[in-house]
Amino acid sequence: MSRDLQLVVDRIKCDGRGLCAELLPELIRLDDWGYPILTNGPLPAHLLPLAQRAVEDCPVLAIALRRMPTPR
Amino acid sequence: MALLGAPDTSSPLPDVDRRLIDAIERFRLVGRGGAGFPVATKWRAVAQRSRGNAVIVVNGAEGEPRSKKDRVLMAARPHLVLDGAFIAARVLRARRIVLYIGERHHAARDAMLRALAQRPEPERALVGVSAAPARYVAGAEAAAVHFLNEGIATPTNMPPYPFERGVGDAPTLVQNVETLAHVASLVRTGTAPSTALITIAGAVARPGVLEVDSQTTIADAVQMGGGLAGPARAVLVGGYFGTWVEASQAWSMSLDPSAMRKRGLGLGCGVIGLLPISRCPVCDTAGIMRYLAAESSAQCGPCFFGLRALADACTRVAERGSNPDDLKRLHRWAAEVRGRGACKHPDGAVLFLSSALTVFADDFAGHRAHDARQSA
Repeated sequence: MSRDLQLVVDRIKCDGRGLCAELLPELIRLDDWGYPILTNGPLPAHLLPLAQRAVEDCPVLAIALRRMPTPR
Repeated sequence: MALLGAPDTSSPLPDVDRRLIDAIERFRLVGRGGAGFPVATKWRAVAQRSRGNAVIVVNGAEGEPRSKKDRVLMAARPHLVLDGAFIAARVLRARRIVLYIGERHHAARDAMLRALAQRPEPERALVGVSAAPARYVAGAEAAAVHFLNEGIATPTNMPPYPFERGVGDAPTLVQNVETLAHVASLVRTGTAPSTALITIAGAVARPGVLEVDSQTTIADAVQMGGGLAGPARAVLVGGYFGTWVEASQAWSMSLDPSAMRKRGLGLGCGVIGLLPISRCPVCDTAGIMRYLAAESSAQCGPCFFGLRALADACTRVAERGSNPDDLKRLHRWAAEVRGRGACKHPDGAVLFLSSALTVFADDFAGHRAHDARQSA
Protein backbone atom coordinates (compact mmCIF):
# COMPACT_ATOMS: atom_id res chain seq x y z
CA MET A 1 0.00 0.00 0.00
CA SER A 2 2.11 2.87 -1.24
CA ARG A 3 -0.69 5.37 -0.62
CA ASP A 4 -0.71 4.93 3.15
CA LEU A 5 -0.62 8.23 4.96
CA GLN A 6 0.46 9.02 8.49
CA LEU A 7 0.42 12.06 10.74
CA VAL A 8 3.76 13.53 11.73
CA VAL A 9 4.50 16.27 14.26
CA ASP A 10 7.28 18.82 13.98
CA ARG A 11 8.46 18.57 17.58
CA ILE A 12 10.31 21.87 17.47
CA LYS A 13 7.33 23.84 16.13
CA CYS A 14 4.75 22.11 18.34
CA ASP A 15 3.68 24.35 21.22
CA GLY A 16 1.30 21.93 22.90
CA ARG A 17 -1.89 23.84 22.00
CA GLY A 18 -3.74 20.52 21.92
CA LEU A 19 -6.19 21.26 19.13
CA CYS A 20 -5.16 18.13 17.21
CA ALA A 21 -6.09 15.87 20.14
CA GLU A 22 -9.51 17.53 20.41
CA LEU A 23 -10.20 17.01 16.73
CA LEU A 24 -8.81 13.49 16.50
CA PRO A 25 -8.93 11.74 19.88
CA GLU A 26 -9.05 8.41 18.03
CA LEU A 27 -5.39 8.80 17.09
CA ILE A 28 -3.96 11.59 19.24
CA ARG A 29 -3.79 11.93 22.99
CA LEU A 30 -1.88 14.46 25.06
CA ASP A 31 0.90 13.75 27.51
CA ASP A 32 0.94 15.26 31.01
CA TRP A 33 2.44 18.48 29.62
CA GLY A 34 -0.06 18.90 26.78
CA TYR A 35 2.05 17.59 23.90
CA PRO A 36 0.57 15.13 21.41
CA ILE A 37 1.25 11.38 21.47
CA LEU A 38 0.36 9.88 18.08
CA THR A 39 -0.80 6.34 17.47
CA ASN A 40 1.69 4.63 15.17
CA GLY A 41 0.77 3.23 11.81
CA PRO A 42 -1.19 4.21 8.74
CA LEU A 43 -4.13 6.56 8.97
CA PRO A 44 -7.48 4.73 8.60
CA ALA A 45 -9.31 6.11 5.54
CA HIS A 46 -12.43 7.12 7.46
CA LEU A 47 -10.38 9.47 9.68
CA LEU A 48 -8.75 11.29 6.77
CA PRO A 49 -11.12 14.30 6.81
CA LEU A 50 -10.55 14.86 10.54
CA ALA A 51 -6.82 14.43 10.13
CA GLN A 52 -6.83 17.05 7.38
CA ARG A 53 -8.65 19.43 9.71
CA ALA A 54 -6.11 18.81 12.44
CA VAL A 55 -3.37 19.68 9.96
CA GLU A 56 -5.10 22.83 8.71
CA ASP A 57 -6.23 24.10 12.12
CA CYS A 58 -2.97 23.67 14.04
CA PRO A 59 -2.19 27.23 15.19
CA VAL A 60 1.55 26.76 14.70
CA LEU A 61 1.35 24.49 11.62
CA ALA A 62 3.27 21.76 13.43
CA ILE A 63 1.37 18.73 12.16
CA ALA A 64 1.38 17.29 8.66
CA LEU A 65 0.25 14.29 6.66
CA ARG A 66 3.04 12.34 5.04
CA ARG A 67 3.21 9.31 2.85
CA MET A 68 4.56 6.44 4.90
CA PRO A 69 8.09 5.43 3.90
CA THR A 70 8.05 2.29 1.80
CA PRO A 71 9.62 -0.58 3.72
CA ARG A 72 12.88 -1.81 2.21
CA MET B 1 49.05 -0.35 19.53
CA ALA B 2 47.64 1.32 16.49
CA LEU B 3 46.13 4.52 17.88
CA LEU B 4 47.68 5.98 21.02
CA GLY B 5 50.95 4.05 21.30
CA ALA B 6 52.42 4.86 17.90
CA PRO B 7 54.49 7.95 17.08
CA ASP B 8 52.50 10.73 15.46
CA THR B 9 54.20 11.77 12.28
CA SER B 10 53.18 13.51 9.11
CA SER B 11 54.14 11.97 5.80
CA PRO B 12 52.55 12.24 2.37
CA LEU B 13 49.32 10.25 2.11
CA PRO B 14 48.91 7.47 -0.43
CA ASP B 15 46.52 8.26 -3.28
CA VAL B 16 42.93 7.60 -2.36
CA ASP B 17 39.71 7.61 -4.32
CA ARG B 18 36.13 6.42 -3.95
CA ARG B 19 37.22 2.78 -3.83
CA LEU B 20 38.26 3.52 -0.26
CA ILE B 21 34.57 3.58 0.65
CA ASP B 22 34.32 -0.08 -0.40
CA ALA B 23 37.27 -0.91 1.84
CA ILE B 24 35.67 0.97 4.73
CA GLU B 25 32.56 -1.10 4.15
CA ARG B 26 34.54 -4.37 3.97
CA PHE B 27 36.20 -3.63 7.30
CA ARG B 28 32.83 -2.57 8.74
CA LEU B 29 34.06 0.65 10.27
CA VAL B 30 31.41 2.27 12.47
CA GLY B 31 31.32 5.73 14.00
CA ARG B 32 33.01 6.09 17.40
CA GLY B 33 31.13 9.21 18.48
CA GLY B 34 28.27 7.34 20.14
CA ALA B 35 25.71 6.31 17.53
CA GLY B 36 27.85 3.59 15.94
CA PHE B 37 26.58 4.42 12.46
CA PRO B 38 28.30 2.63 9.52
CA VAL B 39 30.99 4.93 8.13
CA ALA B 40 30.69 3.75 4.51
CA THR B 41 26.97 4.62 4.38
CA LYS B 42 27.68 8.14 5.55
CA TRP B 43 30.59 8.68 3.15
CA ARG B 44 28.63 7.32 0.19
CA ALA B 45 25.73 9.68 0.89
CA VAL B 46 28.08 12.67 0.80
CA ALA B 47 30.08 11.35 -2.18
CA GLN B 48 26.91 11.00 -4.28
CA ARG B 49 25.97 14.64 -3.69
CA SER B 50 29.34 16.40 -3.66
CA ARG B 51 30.12 18.59 -6.67
CA GLY B 52 33.54 19.41 -5.28
CA ASN B 53 31.77 21.48 -2.63
CA ALA B 54 31.43 19.06 0.32
CA VAL B 55 32.40 20.09 3.84
CA ILE B 56 34.14 17.83 6.38
CA VAL B 57 33.42 18.56 10.05
CA VAL B 58 36.06 16.96 12.27
CA ASN B 59 33.98 16.34 15.38
CA GLY B 60 36.03 16.75 18.52
CA ALA B 61 33.25 18.38 20.56
CA GLU B 62 33.23 15.53 23.11
CA GLY B 63 30.44 16.89 25.28
CA GLU B 64 29.93 13.66 27.25
CA PRO B 65 31.03 14.61 30.78
CA ARG B 66 32.97 11.44 31.61
CA SER B 67 34.51 10.89 28.18
CA LYS B 68 38.10 11.90 27.58
CA LYS B 69 39.15 9.66 24.69
CA ASP B 70 38.62 12.18 21.88
CA ARG B 71 40.63 14.94 23.52
CA VAL B 72 43.39 12.49 24.48
CA LEU B 73 43.53 11.23 20.87
CA MET B 74 43.67 14.78 19.45
CA ALA B 75 46.45 15.69 21.87
CA ALA B 76 48.46 12.50 21.22
CA ARG B 77 47.85 11.80 17.52
CA PRO B 78 46.80 15.06 15.87
CA HIS B 79 48.42 14.10 12.56
CA LEU B 80 46.49 10.84 12.43
CA VAL B 81 43.20 12.73 12.91
CA LEU B 82 44.22 15.29 10.28
CA ASP B 83 45.17 12.42 7.93
CA GLY B 84 41.62 11.11 8.30
CA ALA B 85 40.18 14.54 7.57
CA PHE B 86 42.33 15.07 4.46
CA ILE B 87 41.53 11.56 3.21
CA ALA B 88 37.83 12.31 3.63
CA ALA B 89 38.30 15.61 1.83
CA ARG B 90 39.92 13.89 -1.16
CA VAL B 91 37.52 10.98 -1.40
CA LEU B 92 34.44 13.20 -0.97
CA ARG B 93 35.86 16.09 -3.01
CA ALA B 94 35.50 18.63 -0.23
CA ARG B 95 36.41 22.29 -0.46
CA ARG B 96 36.48 22.89 3.27
CA ILE B 97 37.42 21.15 6.54
CA VAL B 98 36.28 22.47 9.92
CA LEU B 99 38.00 21.34 13.11
CA TYR B 100 35.10 21.46 15.60
CA ILE B 101 36.84 21.07 18.97
CA GLY B 102 35.30 21.45 22.42
CA GLU B 103 35.96 24.95 23.75
CA ARG B 104 37.46 23.56 26.96
CA HIS B 105 39.73 20.99 25.31
CA HIS B 106 42.71 23.35 25.19
CA ALA B 107 45.53 20.78 24.96
CA ALA B 108 43.69 18.97 22.16
CA ARG B 109 43.11 22.18 20.23
CA ASP B 110 46.72 23.34 20.64
CA ALA B 111 48.07 19.98 19.44
CA MET B 112 45.78 19.96 16.42
CA LEU B 113 46.81 23.51 15.46
CA ARG B 114 50.51 22.71 15.90
CA ALA B 115 50.14 19.65 13.68
CA LEU B 116 48.16 21.64 11.13
CA ALA B 117 50.95 24.22 10.89
CA GLN B 118 53.30 21.40 9.81
CA ARG B 119 51.11 20.36 6.89
CA PRO B 120 51.76 21.62 3.36
CA GLU B 121 50.03 24.82 2.34
CA PRO B 122 47.51 23.45 -0.19
CA GLU B 123 46.08 21.15 2.48
CA ARG B 124 46.25 23.71 5.25
CA ALA B 125 44.31 26.25 3.24
CA LEU B 126 41.22 24.02 3.37
CA VAL B 127 41.04 24.02 7.14
CA GLY B 128 39.23 26.28 9.58
CA VAL B 129 38.80 25.92 13.33
CA SER B 130 35.70 26.37 15.43
CA ALA B 131 35.19 26.04 19.21
CA ALA B 132 32.29 23.74 20.07
CA PRO B 133 30.23 25.03 23.04
CA ALA B 134 30.61 22.89 26.19
CA ARG B 135 27.10 21.48 26.04
CA TYR B 136 25.99 17.87 25.88
CA VAL B 137 24.14 18.21 22.58
CA ALA B 138 26.76 20.36 20.81
CA GLY B 139 28.42 17.26 19.34
CA ALA B 140 25.23 15.96 17.72
CA GLU B 141 25.59 16.18 13.92
CA ALA B 142 22.71 18.56 13.34
CA ALA B 143 23.75 20.75 16.27
CA ALA B 144 27.29 21.03 14.89
CA VAL B 145 25.95 22.05 11.48
CA HIS B 146 23.51 24.53 13.08
CA PHE B 147 26.35 26.05 15.11
CA LEU B 148 28.65 26.41 12.10
CA ASN B 149 25.87 27.99 10.05
CA GLU B 150 24.16 30.20 12.60
CA GLY B 151 26.15 30.11 15.82
CA ILE B 152 23.49 28.10 17.69
CA ALA B 153 24.53 24.62 18.83
CA THR B 154 21.04 23.11 19.04
CA PRO B 155 19.78 20.22 16.92
CA THR B 156 17.41 20.86 14.04
CA ASN B 157 14.75 18.74 12.41
CA MET B 158 16.03 16.05 10.04
CA PRO B 159 15.56 15.80 7.11
CA PRO B 160 17.36 17.64 5.70
CA TYR B 161 20.29 15.55 6.91
CA PRO B 162 23.79 17.07 6.98
CA PHE B 163 24.74 14.89 3.98
CA GLU B 164 21.95 16.59 2.02
CA ARG B 165 22.20 20.15 3.27
CA GLY B 166 24.81 20.87 5.91
CA VAL B 167 27.39 23.59 6.44
CA GLY B 168 26.71 26.44 3.99
CA ASP B 169 23.94 24.21 2.57
CA ALA B 170 26.63 21.93 1.07
CA PRO B 171 26.74 18.13 1.50
CA THR B 172 28.52 17.69 4.82
CA LEU B 173 30.27 14.82 6.59
CA VAL B 174 30.29 15.20 10.37
CA GLN B 175 32.64 12.53 11.68
CA ASN B 176 34.06 11.84 15.13
CA VAL B 177 37.83 12.32 15.49
CA GLU B 178 38.48 8.72 16.50
CA THR B 179 36.52 7.47 13.50
CA LEU B 180 38.68 9.62 11.21
CA ALA B 181 41.79 8.18 12.88
CA HIS B 182 40.49 4.66 12.15
CA VAL B 183 40.07 5.57 8.46
CA ALA B 184 43.58 7.05 8.36
CA SER B 185 44.96 3.92 9.94
CA LEU B 186 43.16 1.81 7.33
CA VAL B 187 44.70 3.86 4.51
CA ARG B 188 48.20 3.82 6.02
CA THR B 189 48.32 0.12 6.92
CA GLY B 190 45.83 -1.48 4.53
CA THR B 191 43.84 -2.91 7.41
CA ALA B 192 41.45 -1.53 10.00
CA PRO B 193 42.91 -0.92 13.46
CA SER B 194 42.24 -3.82 15.80
CA THR B 195 41.84 -1.45 18.73
CA ALA B 196 39.52 1.33 19.87
CA LEU B 197 39.56 3.95 22.61
CA ILE B 198 37.45 3.90 25.75
CA THR B 199 37.35 5.98 28.91
CA ILE B 200 37.22 4.15 32.20
CA ALA B 201 35.72 6.20 35.02
CA GLY B 202 34.53 5.89 38.61
CA ALA B 203 35.78 3.29 41.09
CA VAL B 204 39.12 2.36 39.49
CA ALA B 205 42.60 3.21 40.71
CA ARG B 206 43.56 5.09 37.54
CA PRO B 207 40.55 6.46 35.67
CA GLY B 208 41.39 7.53 32.14
CA VAL B 209 41.63 6.56 28.49
CA LEU B 210 42.51 3.03 27.43
CA GLU B 211 43.17 1.44 24.07
CA VAL B 212 41.38 -1.91 23.95
CA ASP B 213 40.80 -4.63 21.37
CA SER B 214 37.67 -6.63 20.72
CA GLN B 215 38.80 -9.41 23.10
CA THR B 216 39.19 -7.02 26.05
CA THR B 217 36.60 -7.67 28.74
CA ILE B 218 35.39 -5.11 31.25
CA ALA B 219 37.43 -6.99 33.89
CA ASP B 220 40.54 -6.58 31.69
CA ALA B 221 39.81 -2.87 31.28
CA VAL B 222 39.51 -2.50 35.05
CA GLN B 223 42.90 -4.23 35.42
CA MET B 224 44.41 -1.87 32.83
CA GLY B 225 43.00 0.98 34.90
CA GLY B 226 44.93 -0.20 37.94
CA GLY B 227 42.20 -2.41 39.39
CA LEU B 228 39.13 -1.53 41.42
CA ALA B 229 39.41 1.28 43.93
CA GLY B 230 36.75 -0.50 45.98
CA PRO B 231 34.01 -3.10 45.48
CA ALA B 232 31.79 -2.20 42.52
CA ARG B 233 28.01 -2.45 42.46
CA ALA B 234 27.28 -1.84 38.79
CA VAL B 235 28.82 -0.63 35.54
CA LEU B 236 27.43 2.11 33.34
CA VAL B 237 28.26 1.04 29.80
CA GLY B 238 28.26 3.76 27.13
CA GLY B 239 28.08 6.95 29.17
CA TYR B 240 25.01 8.97 30.14
CA PHE B 241 23.04 7.61 27.16
CA GLY B 242 24.16 4.12 28.08
CA THR B 243 22.95 1.20 30.13
CA TRP B 244 23.55 0.02 33.70
CA VAL B 245 24.75 -3.58 34.06
CA GLU B 246 25.10 -5.46 37.38
CA ALA B 247 28.81 -5.74 38.16
CA SER B 248 28.64 -9.55 38.40
CA GLN B 249 27.28 -9.73 34.85
CA ALA B 250 29.63 -7.11 33.47
CA TRP B 251 33.08 -8.54 34.17
CA SER B 252 33.19 -11.18 31.45
CA MET B 253 31.59 -8.93 28.84
CA SER B 254 33.92 -8.06 25.96
CA LEU B 255 34.05 -4.51 24.62
CA ASP B 256 33.32 -5.63 21.08
CA PRO B 257 30.53 -3.56 19.53
CA SER B 258 28.89 -6.48 17.70
CA ALA B 259 29.06 -8.81 20.73
CA MET B 260 27.55 -6.05 22.83
CA ARG B 261 24.75 -5.44 20.39
CA LYS B 262 23.73 -9.08 20.76
CA ARG B 263 23.21 -8.40 24.46
CA GLY B 264 21.14 -5.31 23.71
CA LEU B 265 23.97 -3.01 24.76
CA GLY B 266 26.09 -0.48 22.95
CA LEU B 267 29.57 0.86 23.51
CA GLY B 268 28.19 4.33 22.70
CA CYS B 269 30.84 6.97 23.29
CA GLY B 270 33.04 4.34 24.99
CA VAL B 271 32.64 5.39 28.62
CA ILE B 272 32.77 2.54 31.14
CA GLY B 273 31.74 3.91 34.54
CA LEU B 274 32.10 1.84 37.73
CA LEU B 275 29.67 2.54 40.54
CA PRO B 276 31.17 1.63 43.92
CA ILE B 277 28.92 -0.07 46.49
CA SER B 278 29.48 2.93 48.76
CA ARG B 279 27.31 5.10 46.50
CA CYS B 280 23.54 5.06 46.25
CA PRO B 281 22.43 4.14 42.72
CA VAL B 282 19.11 5.99 43.13
CA CYS B 283 20.80 9.23 44.14
CA ASP B 284 23.38 8.93 41.34
CA THR B 285 20.68 8.19 38.77
CA ALA B 286 18.75 11.25 39.96
CA GLY B 287 21.89 13.37 39.64
CA ILE B 288 22.53 12.24 36.07
CA MET B 289 18.84 12.80 35.16
CA ARG B 290 19.03 16.36 36.52
CA TYR B 291 22.10 16.93 34.38
CA LEU B 292 20.45 15.53 31.24
CA ALA B 293 17.27 17.57 31.85
CA ALA B 294 19.36 20.73 32.18
CA GLU B 295 21.15 19.86 28.93
CA SER B 296 17.90 19.75 26.94
CA SER B 297 17.92 22.39 24.20
CA ALA B 298 14.41 23.31 25.36
CA GLN B 299 13.11 23.10 21.80
CA CYS B 300 10.74 20.13 22.01
CA GLY B 301 8.07 19.94 24.72
CA PRO B 302 8.36 16.22 25.53
CA CYS B 303 12.13 16.62 26.10
CA PHE B 304 12.09 19.97 27.91
CA PHE B 305 9.13 19.21 30.20
CA GLY B 306 9.43 15.42 30.22
CA LEU B 307 13.08 15.16 31.24
CA ARG B 308 12.56 17.84 33.89
CA ALA B 309 9.57 15.94 35.30
CA LEU B 310 11.51 12.65 35.24
CA ALA B 311 14.48 14.25 36.99
CA ASP B 312 12.16 15.78 39.61
CA ALA B 313 10.43 12.44 40.26
CA CYS B 314 13.83 10.69 40.58
CA THR B 315 14.97 13.41 42.96
CA ARG B 316 11.83 13.05 45.10
CA VAL B 317 12.46 9.32 45.43
CA ALA B 318 16.12 10.05 46.23
CA GLU B 319 15.49 12.80 48.76
CA ARG B 320 12.20 11.85 50.39
CA GLY B 321 12.10 8.11 49.85
CA SER B 322 10.32 5.75 47.52
CA ASN B 323 6.63 6.18 46.77
CA PRO B 324 4.43 4.19 44.40
CA ASP B 325 3.08 7.25 42.56
CA ASP B 326 6.50 8.49 41.48
CA LEU B 327 7.61 4.98 40.52
CA LYS B 328 4.57 4.59 38.30
CA ARG B 329 5.15 8.01 36.76
CA LEU B 330 8.81 7.23 36.07
CA HIS B 331 7.90 4.10 34.13
CA ARG B 332 5.04 5.71 32.21
CA TRP B 333 6.87 8.93 31.33
CA ALA B 334 10.05 7.08 30.30
CA ALA B 335 7.97 5.12 27.77
CA GLU B 336 6.01 8.17 26.59
CA VAL B 337 8.95 10.53 26.07
CA ARG B 338 10.87 8.12 23.85
CA GLY B 339 11.05 9.04 20.16
CA ARG B 340 9.32 12.39 20.62
CA GLY B 341 12.14 14.86 20.11
CA ALA B 342 13.76 16.31 17.01
CA CYS B 343 17.03 14.72 18.17
CA LYS B 344 17.95 11.66 20.24
CA HIS B 345 18.58 13.52 23.50
CA PRO B 346 15.30 12.46 25.15
CA ASP B 347 15.71 8.88 23.85
CA GLY B 348 19.20 8.58 25.30
CA ALA B 349 18.08 9.95 28.65
CA VAL B 350 15.11 7.58 29.03
CA LEU B 351 17.16 4.61 27.82
CA PHE B 352 19.58 5.34 30.66
CA LEU B 353 16.72 5.83 33.15
CA SER B 354 14.93 2.65 32.08
CA SER B 355 18.05 0.59 32.65
CA ALA B 356 18.39 2.16 36.13
CA LEU B 357 14.75 1.30 36.91
CA THR B 358 15.42 -2.31 35.85
CA VAL B 359 18.87 -2.96 37.34
CA PHE B 360 18.17 -1.02 40.55
CA ALA B 361 14.47 -1.96 40.79
CA ASP B 362 14.77 -3.01 44.44
CA ASP B 363 16.69 0.13 45.33
CA PHE B 364 14.06 2.36 43.72
CA ALA B 365 11.21 0.43 45.38
CA GLY B 366 12.77 0.42 48.85
CA HIS B 367 14.66 3.70 48.83
CA ARG B 368 14.62 5.69 52.06
CA ALA B 369 15.47 9.32 52.50
CA HIS B 370 19.09 9.70 53.48
CA ASP B 371 21.74 12.32 53.25
CA ALA B 372 22.06 12.64 49.48
CA ARG B 373 25.42 14.37 49.80
CA GLN B 374 27.09 10.97 50.02
CA SER B 375 26.14 10.62 46.34
CA ALA B 376 26.09 14.10 44.88
